[in-house]
Parts: sequence; structure tokens; C-alpha cells
Amino acid sequence: MTTDGGIADHPMAYDVVVVGGGNAALCAAIAARRAGASVIVLEVASKFYRGGNTRHTRNMRCAHDAATATLSGPYSEDEFWDDLLRVTEGQTNEQLARMMIRESKEMLDWIAEQGVRFQPSLGGTLSLGRTNSFFLGGGRAMLNALYLTAEQLGVDVLYEAEVVAFDIDDDRFGAAIVQRSVGKTRIRGKALVAAAGGFESNIDKLVEGWGEIARNFLIRGTSNNRGTVLDLLLGAGVDSIGDPTQCHAVAIDARAPKYDGGIITRLDCVVFGIVVNKDAMRFYDEGEDVWPKRYAIWGRLVAMQPDQIAYIIFDAKSASLFMPSLYPAIEAPDIGELAGKLGLDADKLSATVAAFNASVRDGSFNPDILDDCRTENLTPPKTHWARRIDTGPYYAYPVRPGITFTYLGVRVDHEARMMMKAGGPADNMYAAGEIMAGNVLGRGYAAGIGMTIGSVFGRIAGRGAARHAAK
Amino acid sequence: MQRSDMQRSEALTEADRLMTICNSCRYCEGLCAVFPAMEMRRAFTAGDLNYLANLCHSCGACYVDCQFSPPHEFNVRVPSVLAQVRHESYADYAWPRALAPLFRRNGLAIALITVLSIAAFILGFVALNDPTALFARRHGPGSFYALMPHNAMALLFGAAFLWAIVAFVNGARAFWNDIGEPASTLAQPRPLLQAVRDAASLRYLDGGGVGCYSEDERPSDNRRFYHHLTFWGFMLCFASTSVATLYHYLLHREAPYPLWDLPVVLGTLGGLGIVIGPLGLYAAKRKRDPALLDGGSRGMDVAFLAMLVLTGATGLALLLLRESSAMSALLALHLGAVFALFVTLPYGKFVHGLYRFLALIRYAKERHGDAQQTASS
Repeated sequence: MTTDGGIADHPMAYDVVVVGGGNAALCAAIAARRAGASVIVLEVASKFYRGGNTRHTRNMRCAHDAATATLSGPYSEDEFWDDLLRVTEGQTNEQLARMMIRESKEMLDWIAEQGVRFQPSLGGTLSLGRTNSFFLGGGRAMLNALYLTAEQLGVDVLYEAEVVAFDIDDDRFGAAIVQRSVGKTRIRGKALVAAAGGFESNIDKLVEGWGEIARNFLIRGTSNNRGTVLDLLLGAGVDSIGDPTQCHAVAIDARAPKYDGGIITRLDCVVFGIVVNKDAMRFYDEGEDVWPKRYAIWGRLVAMQPDQIAYIIFDAKSASLFMPSLYPAIEAPDIGELAGKLGLDADKLSATVAAFNASVRDGSFNPDILDDCRTENLTPPKTHWARRIDTGPYYAYPVRPGITFTYLGVRVDHEARMMMKAGGPADNMYAAGEIMAGNVLGRGYAAGIGMTIGSVFGRIAGRGAARHAAK
Repeated sequence: MQRSDMQRSEALTEADRLMTICNSCRYCEGLCAVFPAMEMRRAFTAGDLNYLANLCHSCGACYVDCQFSPPHEFNVRVPSVLAQVRHESYADYAWPRALAPLFRRNGLAIALITVLSIAAFILGFVALNDPTALFARRHGPGSFYALMPHNAMALLFGAAFLWAIVAFVNGARAFWNDIGEPASTLAQPRPLLQAVRDAASLRYLDGGGVGCYSEDERPSDNRRFYHHLTFWGFMLCFASTSVATLYHYLLHREAPYPLWDLPVVLGTLGGLGIVIGPLGLYAAKRKRDPALLDGGSRGMDVAFLAMLVLTGATGLALLLLRESSAMSALLALHLGAVFALFVTLPYGKFVHGLYRFLALIRYAKERHGDAQQTASS
């Protein structure tokens, strides 16, 4: 082993170096290995935390022509495209997106061939039963299966291996410099697949986009998505895509840990109550649309409130209408006492609730449709599911913005090859997953689409990298 | 007297915390029966938690699939915590109440009872026969009963068996009351049949389809295989004894029977099952990640496995050496082991089968009711 400036040379050079350890990285590694390449996976996390945001996923969205054992009906390419167009409001690359959707059809079988198992949609997620394939046991089960397959195929995996630099010459990757507990190591490869996620857990970078308010954000995934690899690539002349100031944010329980609270801190009860800020004032129509279509705007809404905190207030009538979550609701026999427990001004909260109650027009309440229970002469209005908050005990959940993922990434072509700022594709550098998701998902989100991007582009990148290495 | 919700044990409190987490996530609902049963509830009484704990087959899949298991700060350890709750529930349901402490240091208790039982048979043989009889060669029908009259044997073991049955019935009633299920459920054929199918196939000891988890995230189906050997071995031994009893009273044919005869064939196959099965289960248990297990149940688990092996091994040895001078000693050993096994059945690991089977009946009923509700809504 030779050393160069304190950097030891890894004993082996690989055909394909995969940076990252989630769904996209593993699909790339498996595809490259199956195509005959020697492959190493460099995962910054420990073995337990491996897989980045994939740990917290539970399904993927793939087009399919007919119902299957686990999908309740067909989901055509065109319908998928329409959904994508709607959520991104056109901020997508049609050529890439259509190709991804076309390839997604094969992915269900391919992913299953890698040992991942599916099940019908989970309880409480019926609206996704036709479009999304759920992983039996969830995202970590999926990762376990992919890692097992990769290891059986002979893919090398290094954990707690942080890439701190690349040897990149113009548009050509030569090696990754990896920081491990034993020191720095240079790992050479004939091709690179970058699948290292976004920068949502790098608070300083979030502050660059959002200002100081970002310090009050909670991060739904692990603390490992720091965006180091993305920074290195952009610094080396790779072209960027996506708005650096944007991220996907939902309102989650304010009592959640700073990182990795995952799915169980989400709250589905906004539509059943009112949401007030720390001044006990309402600020948005809680009943604008059904929750699956609106949950993703509430992170941003709460982020814009003072101290980035808000409180969902509801009463006993609604207490069991939504999925349970990790922390119990804060409970009190009357609104004044509830305000006290939340640290809100009791008179102000009572006045807000009274004003809301006074404006409620009776209708027939139905949580499954856009019902006719609404307010009149109230600003902002509540346009559906408005019911008086008048039946004790009263409940509240404190909420803060929970960041799921970021949109800034590297630009890629239809072969998942990175595009250089200077023009043209890179020679031997590929990207997959969240690090390039902005190419097809410029804004918004549709359940399970992150996993589709990861799997489809992961496989394309892995095959491409293997092909390149064989040249 | 059941643990009331006012004074929950640490294990129940922890199980409540975990089920609240799991109910907010639900990623594991396809793995087994526990999570769908959990989803039918929003809050968990002690009875609910005891039901879920006894429904859990400890396959370990939910632990390796969980994004919140240790070292995550949420510290979700469903298999080990439910195992702890299960163990506590066995003591809670024990009849008579005075014997509940047997579950506390179960390994020691079972070992002592077994030693006493074997000693009693040896001493009894010596006391009832002249001392040299213990080493005399005997053969042919009736040779066993020269040492202990058949009627005495039948009376003693019948009484032990009856005791166990009464204890099971009372334990089952305590469990059924605790989980809040009406007696009428047991009269419904559909849940009962479903539970028989699920139990006989060990449907939920499969990690959601790939096998159980032991040392890491690589599944293996060996626990289910060895459990099948154990269970069916036990049933064959039971069948062997039952057939022999029928032979004795209906056909007036006395043991020992020829090698080709039904009691011997059933007993030999069953004996092999309850020797190889428990040994396999023990080996699997030793390899399992301690995070999947309740350390406090270890003595109980091992004691029951050891009892089965002892019963099977002494039975097979008796078969092999029944023509030799070792027969009398082996018969004492075997009868002592069997007697100890029977009297301790209600106070050891065996009861897991009883409560799990009942939990499966309840689950089959709930599940069916749930499906009907969904269909009609």
C-alpha cells in the first residue's frame, strides 16, 4: 500500500465506484455487478443507519398495465405522466420523465428479482393501493434485501466511509478519497455513480436558502444527508439543476427529535381542526382539500410563522378520525387550560376558537369527501370539514416544519450521465436518486416517486457505468 | 387476579409505548398477525397487550426491518418486549395462583421437580420390588408391569394428566377473560378452524415469508422446521401412548410391543422428533441475537426443551435396551421424566402453545369481522 500526502491507496481498483448507500446506490451497484463489473459501495452511515432516506420509505410508484397481487388496478404511463406534470407544475424534463415512467414498468419485476418483497397498500393508505407498490416490512426491509443481494453478488460495501474529495480531471472521474476511522484512502474506479442523496440534514446549507428560520426545522431522515458529494461534484464543474432554496417540507410533531423521526411524527389531523400560530391566530384554510393533496404545503406554511411553530387544535369529536402518531395529543378540559399548556395566550386562543365556532355553517360532515361543512365571513376561511370546536376534552399537537428532501442536484442526460457546466455529458460519471431527482421532480412530490427515480436511474446508471468500464 | 391497568409492569408499559409507535408506522403490518391486530386498536389495555404478546411468534422480522430499532433513540424492540410480557402473562394466568411463582425461576423449578420425580420412581421400584429386581433381565409382554402394575401406572399418569388439563382450562379462562373475549367465540367453527390451520402450519413463524431472523438480517427457516419436528414429535408420542392404552384395555395386549407395532412406530418417530427438534431449537436460540430475546425467559425456554429431549432420549433408550439388564433403570428414568413433564406442563414453556392458539382464534375472529365490516361499508 503506498501513501500520498497521508492518503493510503485502497488495495483494489474497481470498475465502478458507487457513492451512497440507499435504494439508488444499491440498484446501481447490483445492476453494474450483474453486468460484470467489479463494484464498491461507499456508505457514509454505519450499518444500522445505512440507506439514507430509503430507511423511511415504504413504497414506489411504477406504471403497470393491469392489477397485480398487490396492486388494485392498472396505472398507465400517461396517467403517471399526468400526475407528475400536476405535482411539478411543469418543472420536469419531459424526455427524462417519460423514459423513467416507461422503465418504471419493468422495475416492479426487477426489484422483486433483487429479493425485495411487496404487499398490498398499508392500512390508512388506501388511496395509494392502485398506483404504489408497498415494500413488505418497509424501507429498511427493502434495503436489507438489496444489501443481501449485492453482497451475494460480490459487491464490496464500506460503511462509515465518507467521500471527502474526488480526483476528477475535466469531465473524467479517477478516484474517490474516503475518510474512514483508519484514515484517508484513495479508491480508484473506471466509472463513478453518485447516489448520495441531498443536503437536507446540513442545517448550515438550509440556512443559506431559507435564512435563520431553518435552524428551527426538523429533519425527517438521518443526519447523514449533508450534501458533501453534491458540493464536490458541482465544485468540479458538473452542471446543477433545481432550486437550491427549495426543499420538501411537511408539518410534523414539534416534539420529534432533530433527526430521523421518520413517518411516526407526521400528523394527519389538520383538516379536522384549526391551526394557530404562537399568537393564537389562524393563518390558512385547513380544509382546502383532502389531506393527501395538501399535507406537503403545511411545512412551508408553518415555516413562515413566527418561531416556526404552530398548533393544531381540535376537540373530542375528531380525536379518533386520523392515524395515530408517536406523541399523545396535549389534552385539557377547556380551551383556556389548553392554551396554558401550550404556552399560548388563553384569551386570544379562546377568542380565535369562538370566532371560528361562530362562523361555522352546519353541513353534513364526511371526512372522505370534500363536504359542505364550512365557515362564512371568516378570514382565512375553512372551506371543508369545519365543525365547531365545542366538545371537551380539547386537544392540541404542536407542529414544526419537517424537511424530507432537497431539490438541488446534478443535471443528467437520458443515460443518467452527469452533464458538465462547460457543455456535454461527463465521460464516466453517472448519478441516480435524490442527488439528480430535480431533473424529473423540479418541485412538489407524489408518494413513492423518489423511489422510482432511485431505482430506475440507479439501474440505468449502474448499467451505463459497467458498460463504460468494460470499454 | 389479573394485573389491572392501574399497576402495569415495566414490560407492559414498554409494550404500550412500542405499540403506539408501531401503530403510527405500520410498515410491518404484512409480516404477521400482531400488527394487523394492533391496527384494530388505538389505545392498548393490559389485556390487549397480553393478547398481542401471545400472538407474537418471535420470528424477529419486525426487529431487523425496523428503522427505529436500537441504536435509534426510539429503541423499538418488539420481539424481546413482547416475549417479556408473554412470560409475565404465563404467571398471571397460572392455576392455582399459589403455583405462579414457579414461572419466576422456572429452569430451577423444572429441574428440581424432574430430579424428584425420577428419584421417586427409582425408589418406588426398589421399595415395591426386591432391590435386585432393578437389574434383572426381563422380556416379553408385561415385563414393564412387573416393575409397576399397569393400573398403578395408569392411575398415576391419569391423575397427572387430569391435573394438567384442569390447570390448562383455568389458565385459558384467565387469558380469555383478560383479553376481554366472550366465551361464545370458542363456539364459532370458522375462527377455530383458521386457528388450527395457522397453528399447525406455524404460519407466522416465517418472518413474513422468508423465514425467521436469528443472528443478523439473513433469514432462515430452520426454527420453523425444528418446531415442526418438536410439535409433531410430541403429538406422535401422545398418539403412541393413546394407542397403547387402547391396546391394553380394548385388545388386552400388554406392552412392550413388537418393533413393527403401531405404538412403537409412533413412539419411535415421535421420540426422534422431540429429541432432534428441541436440540435444533436450542442451537438456533444460542445463535440468536440477544436483542431479539427476553433474557428472563431463557431458563424457562431451555428447561422445556431439555425436558422434551430427556423424555424422548430415555424413551428411545428404553426401546433399544428393553431386553437388557438396564431396562428397569431406564423405565424408572423414562417414567420419572414423563411424569415430571406432565405435571410441569402448565407451569412452563408448554403453555405458550395454549395461549398462542387461543390468541390465533381471537385474531381469526377479529380479522374476519373486520373484513366483513370493510366489505359492507
